[in-house]
Amino acid sequence: MDATTLPARLAETREDFLDLGVKDRLQLLLEFSNELPELPARYADHPDLLERVLECQSPVYIFVELDDEGRVHMHATAPAESPTTRGFASILAQGLEGLTADEVFGIPDDYPQSLGLGEAVSPLRVRGMTGMLARAKRQLRERVAA
Amino acid sequence: MPAEFDSAAKFAEYAHPERLVSTDWLAEHLGRPGLVVVESDEDVLLYETGHIPGAVKVDWHTELNDPVVRDYVNGEQFAALVGSKGIGRDTTVVIYGDKNNWWAAYALWVFTLFGHEDVRLLDGGRDLWIAEGRPITTEAPVVRPVEYPVVERDDSRVRAFREDVLDNLGKLPLIDVRSPEEYTGERTHMPAYPDEGALRGGHIPTAASVPWARAAASDGTFKAREELDAIYRDEVGLAEGDDVIAYCRIGERSSHTWFVLTHLLGFENVRNYDGSWTEWGSAVRVPIVTGPERGEAPGR
Repeated sequence: MDATTLPARLAETREDFLDLGVKDRLQLLLEFSNELPELPARYADHPDLLERVLECQSPVYIFVELDDEGRVHMHATAPAESPTTRGFASILAQGLEGLTADEVFGIPDDYPQSLGLGEAVSPLRVRGMTGMLARAKRQLRERVAA
Repeated sequence: MPAEFDSAAKFAEYAHPERLVSTDWLAEHLGRPGLVVVESDEDVLLYETGHIPGAVKVDWHTELNDPVVRDYVNGEQFAALVGSKGIGRDTTVVIYGDKNNWWAAYALWVFTLFGHEDVRLLDGGRDLWIAEGRPITTEAPVVRPVEYPVVERDDSRVRAFREDVLDNLGKLPLIDVRSPEEYTGERTHMPAYPDEGALRGGHIPTAASVPWARAAASDGTFKAREELDAIYRDEVGLAEGDDVIAYCRIGERSSHTWFVLTHLLGFENVRNYDGSWTEWGSAVRVPIVTGPERGEAPGR
């Protein structure tokens, strides 16, 4: 898994994490957490569109959009008291932004495990991000089929 | 020298009032020599978003568990861990955390495995401190590491293993502190929580169902002595002198109940079965009961 097999943004994120020591990886995850954008207003009023990521400890909801130009946008919302989950969502939202559906389908399912977060946050918690990625892909398959 | 105890009237009703401090007490004592405040949360990053000034963090996943074997850290690892947080053997440790002190109680239980004498919980935990508008900071505390002696972990007093539960089925009261859906076997893990894996659903025969959070009031503090007695003695039927084993899914929620039974209600031999449902629900040929009834111990 490297820059040749991953979309640019996700490859960059991965390198950024792996370049850091374990403690600083947590700080970087916190930065991602703080960068998670608010839900666009059109989704804030439509909680029914959002899907809960059951693999995560905290209430996090995602919605994947495929726009008219065939570009992907992932939106997510999670409470401020769940910074780890927000960080996971933010990594994926930023990493998927503007990709084509095929590019998203090509992201390895074990991408979350490749960020070196196992030691920093524990493998069990990383599973939450794995679940999030799987659900994002599934939603996207539904959008493509629709 | 231990810090003075909190003489709050509510605590005086409990069997061991010295195990709790109020937010008022902590606000007054912050920064005193000999006192270290520890935050222990479910979310590994929550501390970094803001914590009680001077508090250090202990994470259950990455610091209290052995990274390889399913077990807790050993004496050397514990000594290195807490020493690096500025905690000495005679330090007064006050632990607080999110979710009604769920993980804080777990950390306190692990400190107890190592016989750390003066370890207390902040009643109401992180949420109450913040709700009261008390100060929070993202500034990292200046910690002076100290030497903590290597103490062998004592698993005999407050920890139970699968064999202990099996050998005592029908003889010792068991408390299942999971959600009702986990108890009946409808689910094998907590609603909306990651599934740590159990192949079968249900509960250990004879176990009474008392979801852990029933011991907490709406503001996250512990319920008053009288209310706790009504639950655990009157409703469940625990009697003076009973030895009790509590369990949940991985031993964290049951640490909270262990704290309540031991320190608030004064039961002297309460053990936490940390293997809990993730072990029992996947073990071969151990008895399981489904549905809302406690069930009976199999004849032997």
